[in-house]
Parts: sequence; C-alpha cells; structure tokens
Amino acid sequence: MALLPIVLVIAFFQLFVLRQPIPNLAQMLWGTVLVLLGLALFVRGLEMALFPVGEEMAHNFVRKGNLWWLLVFAFTLGFGTTVAEPALIAISDEAARIAAAGQVIDNTAAAQSSYAIGLRLTVALAVGIALVVGVFRILKGWPVQYLIIGGYLGVVVMTFFAPPEIIGIAYDSGGVTTSTVTVPLVAALGIGLATTIHGRDPLIDGFGLIAFASLTPMIFVMAYGMLF
Amino acid sequence: MEGLASFGYSLLTMLRDVLPIAAILFGFQVLVLRQRIKAPARVAIGMVFVLLGLTLFLQGLEMALFPLGRLMAEQLTAPEFIYGSGATALTQTEWLDYLWVYAFAAAIGFATTIAEPALLAVAIKANQVSGGTITVRGLRVAVALGVAAGVALGAFRIVTGTPLHWYIISGYVVVMIQTAFAPSRIVPLAYDSGGVTTSTVTVPLVAALGLGLAETIPGRSPILDGFGLIAFASLFPIMAVMGYAQLVDWKSRRTVRQKNSFEMTESEV
Repeated sequence: MALLPIVLVIAFFQLFVLRQPIPNLAQMLWGTVLVLLGLALFVRGLEMALFPVGEEMAHNFVRKGNLWWLLVFAFTLGFGTTVAEPALIAISDEAARIAAAGQVIDNTAAAQSSYAIGLRLTVALAVGIALVVGVFRILKGWPVQYLIIGGYLGVVVMTFFAPPEIIGIAYDSGGVTTSTVTVPLVAALGIGLATTIHGRDPLIDGFGLIAFASLTPMIFVMAYGMLF
Repeated sequence: MEGLASFGYSLLTMLRDVLPIAAILFGFQVLVLRQRIKAPARVAIGMVFVLLGLTLFLQGLEMALFPLGRLMAEQLTAPEFIYGSGATALTQTEWLDYLWVYAFAAAIGFATTIAEPALLAVAIKANQVSGGTITVRGLRVAVALGVAAGVALGAFRIVTGTPLHWYIISGYVVVMIQTAFAPSRIVPLAYDSGGVTTSTVTVPLVAALGLGLAETIPGRSPILDGFGLIAFASLFPIMAVMGYAQLVDWKSRRTVRQKNSFEMTESEV
C-alpha cells in the first residue's frame, strides 16, 4: 500500500490540525485508484523493459569488449536524459531569475534565457561525466566511498568560493536530475556490468551510479555560478 | 472531457521524457552493438506500460492529493494559522511556533517517499541482487524515515534562517564517519538512495512547503531560502540507510555473542 501514508497524513492534518472537511472525496478516491493502477503498470513495465534492456546492454558492451563505446554510451545516456528533464528546466529558469535580480546578469529576457540554457547544459554535462566516471569505477572495481568523499570535499571547497545566491540551487540540483525513467535504467546498467565482469559484486560494485549523478551537478553548478 | 484532455497532455509530456531515452538505447543497440533487441515485442509493451503507468500515477496524484497537499502546505505556513486569526504582519520569528510545520514536513516527507516509483525500482533491484536479505519494504521505510528527518530539519532551517551549507557540510561529515563503520556491502546502495528519493512525488509537495514557509516568515526570501529542502531530502536517506544497516549489524553481532559464538557475521539490512 504505497499510498496509505499520504492519505493518512493529509486526512489527519486536514481534519484534526486545520479542522476542515476533505473536499471532493469522490475525486480523491478515483485519483487513488489511478495511482495504484499506474504504479502496478510501472512495476510490470520495469520488469519487462527497463531492467532487462539495461542489463542486456551492459552484457553486450562487455562481451564485445567495446569499452570506449560503453563510456560514450554512459555519457550520452546521462547527458541526453538530463538535458530535457522538466524539473531541471524549472530550476534553471528560477536560477536565471535570481541571477537577474542579483544583477549578476542583465535583466533582459535574452540574457536570462541564455543563462538558463547554459545552466541546463552544465548540469547535463555533469550527469554525463558522472556516469562515465561511475561506469569506469565499476570496470576498475574501485570502492565507491573514496570517489564520493572526494566529491563531497569538492562540494565543500566550492561552497566557500561560489556566490551565495547559487548555493541553494546548486545543492538542490543534485536531487532533481535523476528522473523516474532514468533511475531504473541506470541501476540495471550498473548491476548488469557488475554481474557480467568477472570479480565484481553486484551489490558492492553495481550500485553507486545514481549517487555520482546526484553529486557532480552540485560542483558543476557552483562552478557555473562562479564563471558567469 | 477535461480529465481526458489533461490525461492526453500528461501522456505527451511523459512521452517527451521517454523518447530521448528510447532513442539512445535503440541507437546504441543497433548502430554500435549491432545486436537485435531480445524479445522486442515484450520490451515495447513494457515501455508502453512504464509510460502509461507513470502517466496514470501522476494523473491520479494530481486529482487526489497534490492540490490538497499544496493547499495544506500554504495553510499551515500562513500567519493566521501560526499566530491565530488577525495576525498578518509579523515582526519576529519564534521557531517553536512552527511545531505543526515540522510535524507536517516530516509526515509528508515520509509519506511521499514511500510512494516514490524510482525508489520502488531501486528497492526491487536491491532485493534481487542481495538475494532477499535487503527487503523492499525495509529499504523504503529506512529511506522514507531519512527524508522525514531531512525535510523537518530543512523546515527548521528556513524558519531560523541559518545558512544551508553548514547543515549540508555537517551532514557530509556524519556520512563519512558512518561510511567508516557501516557494513561495507550497504554503502553503495545507501549513497544511491540519496538520489532516488526526490522525483515525481516528493519534489512538488516539498517545494510547495519550502516556498510557503519562505514567503510567510519575515526576513526570508522565497528565492533564496525556498531552496534547499531537496538537498536535505537527498542527504538524510544516506545516513538513515547506513544507520539502519549498522543497527541490524550490531544486533546480530550481539545475538551471536550471546550464543557464545565468536563467529563474526557480515549482515545486511
């Protein structure tokens, strides 16, 4: 029952804290049915398409020995899925408004739009590079924590040099880049690689790609804020 | 009719998200790997299921929960609710006046994370890969508890106006310490669980809460202080998952010791 907690939380706060009736009960029930149906279909689709495709491609890349192409694939997947991500588009438009308000860029529509597009490309580049590094790590079998902790240090150092207005957006940009379709695919790719390559453990080496993809955008966005 | 039109619109939006991914997969499979896709019909049907499923999911949330959730975030942060009716202009902020806001932040953070499809996907994979020792429910609950703590602390930060980066950097230090002590097999999954928590369900509700708070509280600017909740929601699950694994590990070691056995077991979630 994925939805039960939300329903309980909303009902409790509405009835007992705010002391108001719940509007449109019938519509809420119908919406709940749609959510459950949608989630069931999504999980079925994961098992039929996204999981097997991700694992099969990992398997094929390793078997053919196309490791350079594998890295190109990882970059394309990260860049291509992020650049069109709606949450990212929203957050970069917001960032452009803040930059204009803080007189970092000219307060014109053209300057704001080019700033927003630059930011989007920066984040997409960051995710592309994250997947390349993450895949390379799986191939080499490096422990994930050294790279992640190195990334944290990068974030901390950048925080002291980046303009204060960009920090909130930079930190949030790490969380919004990985969409619901990308996550299962990337997880399956990592686990597929770790399963196929001899001597790698799917649990230790297969996970970690998503962590990289949420870390590098923070560093890159702060760098973008410093440069422009 | 209106429902049908909005369903069509969300389907198109979803299609726009999925098409580049499908194009990349197909392009590499055919042009670089020169392999046929195994069971193409099954994969195609699966993609349609993913697409339709997410569309229905979002449509249902939009009908059932999002409007009310956003409204509640606004109402709970409105001055009339916090200071009683009649109070509109605030001069100073007392963080204790916002207890219901923290409670709501924690509750909505927990509840939306449990419903998050991306987390469900990772939990299913983690369950398969770990041979069942990591349960789907256990991982989801641990991550959701982390998001709950994170969003509540993030709301507290907006109320008090303290700088975001000190919280996040302290969080990093805690994560590093935990990494040294947590069972090593859980670490990569714990890191990943930070990135999967914040997508379709959590972001809209949590963002509404942050913006509402930043608008209500005097001296906070929505554009500067409204951000940051998502960063909290992606950091705290990492601690929660490692913490949970440490707890399970510690308990099992204690049981082993009580049985007078010196055999050390590496246990997972």
